Amino acid sequence: MAERTYLQAISDGLRQEMRLDPRVFVLGEDVGVYGGAFKVTDGFQAEFGPWRVLDMPLSETAIVAGATGAALMGMRPVAEMQFADFVSCAWDHLVTVAAKQHYRAGTPIPIVLRLPSGGGFSGGPFHSQNPESLFAHIPGLKVVCPATPEDAKGLLVTAIEDANPVLFFEHKHLYRRIKGEVPDERYSTPFGKARIHREGDDIVVVTWGAMVYTAADAAEIVAAEGISVEVLDLRTLIPWDREAVLESARRTSKVLVLHEDTRTGGFGAEIAATVAEEAFEYLDGPVKRIAAPDSPVPFSPPLEAAYLPQIDDVVAGLRELAAY
Amino acid sequence: MAVREAEPVGSLQEVHDVGLDREDLFGIYRSMLTARGIEERGHILYKQGKIPGSFYTGRGNEASAVGVATAMGADDVGCPLQRDMGVHIARGVEPWRIFAQYMGRADGPTKGRDGNVHIGDARLGLHAMVSHLPAMLPVAVGMGLAFRIREERRVAIAWCGEGAAARGDAHEGMNLAGVRRLPVVFVIDNNQWAYSTPAHLGHAVDHLADRAAAYGFEGVVVDGTDVLAVYREAKRAIDKARDGGGPTLIESVTLRMEGHAVHDDASYVPREMFEEWARRDPIDRYRTWLRDTAAMTDAEEDEITAGVKRLLNESLQRAEESPQPDPATLLDGVFATQDELDTPHHK
Repeated sequence: MAERTYLQAISDGLRQEMRLDPRVFVLGEDVGVYGGAFKVTDGFQAEFGPWRVLDMPLSETAIVAGATGAALMGMRPVAEMQFADFVSCAWDHLVTVAAKQHYRAGTPIPIVLRLPSGGGFSGGPFHSQNPESLFAHIPGLKVVCPATPEDAKGLLVTAIEDANPVLFFEHKHLYRRIKGEVPDERYSTPFGKARIHREGDDIVVVTWGAMVYTAADAAEIVAAEGISVEVLDLRTLIPWDREAVLESARRTSKVLVLHEDTRTGGFGAEIAATVAEEAFEYLDGPVKRIAAPDSPVPFSPPLEAAYLPQIDDVVAGLRELAAY
Repeated sequence: MAVREAEPVGSLQEVHDVGLDREDLFGIYRSMLTARGIEERGHILYKQGKIPGSFYTGRGNEASAVGVATAMGADDVGCPLQRDMGVHIARGVEPWRIFAQYMGRADGPTKGRDGNVHIGDARLGLHAMVSHLPAMLPVAVGMGLAFRIREERRVAIAWCGEGAAARGDAHEGMNLAGVRRLPVVFVIDNNQWAYSTPAHLGHAVDHLADRAAAYGFEGVVVDGTDVLAVYREAKRAIDKARDGGGPTLIESVTLRMEGHAVHDDASYVPREMFEEWARRDPIDRYRTWLRDTAAMTDAEEDEITAGVKRLLNESLQRAEESPQPDPATLLDGVFATQDELDTPHHK
């Protein structure tokens, strides 16, 4: 057990799997000599050689399609999009080929796509997005959004072991900011099991990724006012832990869904609808959503701060729900 | 850089030199007849209302498909497309399974989840196409990448039509294969029409094979109605890739002898063009060669044609007996399970 950053935990998990399994290889832009734009694969090429850590041309389609083809031949590719935003260039290959091949042809596509996502540092419209909901809508893809270093390592192991295409959203704002104890040994964290980040009785905030910390900070503030808030970290969106959400909803009777992705058609809508369908009679207030507004992610700091859900926004939402 | 234009295949000696014996020659003929026969029967099934949706054929492309498939090694792989029925047949896909696929039955290779020639069989090295052409081209490049990483002497075939060659996938796939000198052979079936769009509105180069030079590998144009020339060029390219010589782009020129799909009467194709290419029908052409050059006897020919007819009849009957898929299986296989990874193809 050692204290690791979120980024180090991802790096450690990936290195561990590559040492263990010769089928695992890495492909992406600048992942080799340079060690990746965020240095997740720093030193990998020196250890594993140029054919297991492949610097690719600027070809997101060829990266994802290449991973798919290699997976069909028995490899376990871990592809990196330099930024999650660039996955749009490979949409067809995830959604048309990888997501549907097993359903149609019976051949599993065990690929992992690492997607550095999220805003908070003026990345602008093309380096800040959280496109997880787009992919959660596509049957056949799994969607993972770790919040803690321990989960980042354990969920990456599960992603690599999984028989399906897995989109692994790593929040850039957590990379170096968040540290935590991470076991040195190999372990896997199951998909579809939410984690209670903070216990509480009055309201549950259902969230994932960087918003787990926004929610926790807001919960701390309203705790002084006597409002007890639970923070439930979903960890994975596909599959998502419906039972844990419904259990918390029934127990606390009030639900706030929080995400950094945009509001309309965001995954929060699915959660809110499910709570309304399955736990309506237990609720003492409407299911509330706090999300980014329906706009591209702006560049300038005051605009981006207005775009991203802030601690104050969540505090206001919690007070509103508490008073309902 | 001008591409090489392949010579036609002439003598029996030349054919023996490229590794085909008499049985191989008959096998090629049998595969071509079977491929066309399946699609002709498919037309009848369609008119009988037994094929839901639409129906696509590859009439005119039998030589190209069978020629390439015959040149592949047992452990080679590829992603054939909607004009490549001959690849499935030459690689050993059972025709009754194809008829079952056409009719959306439970015994089709996709169990009714997909239609037409959207089929594959991983055991035969074939992986099912998608409609978004040429999405499987860079996937095949990824297969070649796996072989290169593991240093296996295997080759991946990436098919593409001349229409789909306009898309970005084709560029990214060919570029990557060139950069890494991957064991991939690109086959562009240039049948001159992308639905109703003529080739000159799809690309500006004289030959699509000209593009190979831009990716740093060899391009060759072959007459796609000459099965033995296609075989020879494919064999040469596959052997080269297997020996570490990198990719080759083969442009195989044919004419799509029917509409894009069964609903399309192809009235936009000049009648004279059809007439000209009908005189170059790949099956008639090969039959004439077999009779004149390989001394195929009446008895030998009768045995082949009767055998194909019998196979098609039996296959059709077996497919018609295949049950409809059970709606209770609708959600099966959306996700793969861990135990499915324990196949030879995922080790």
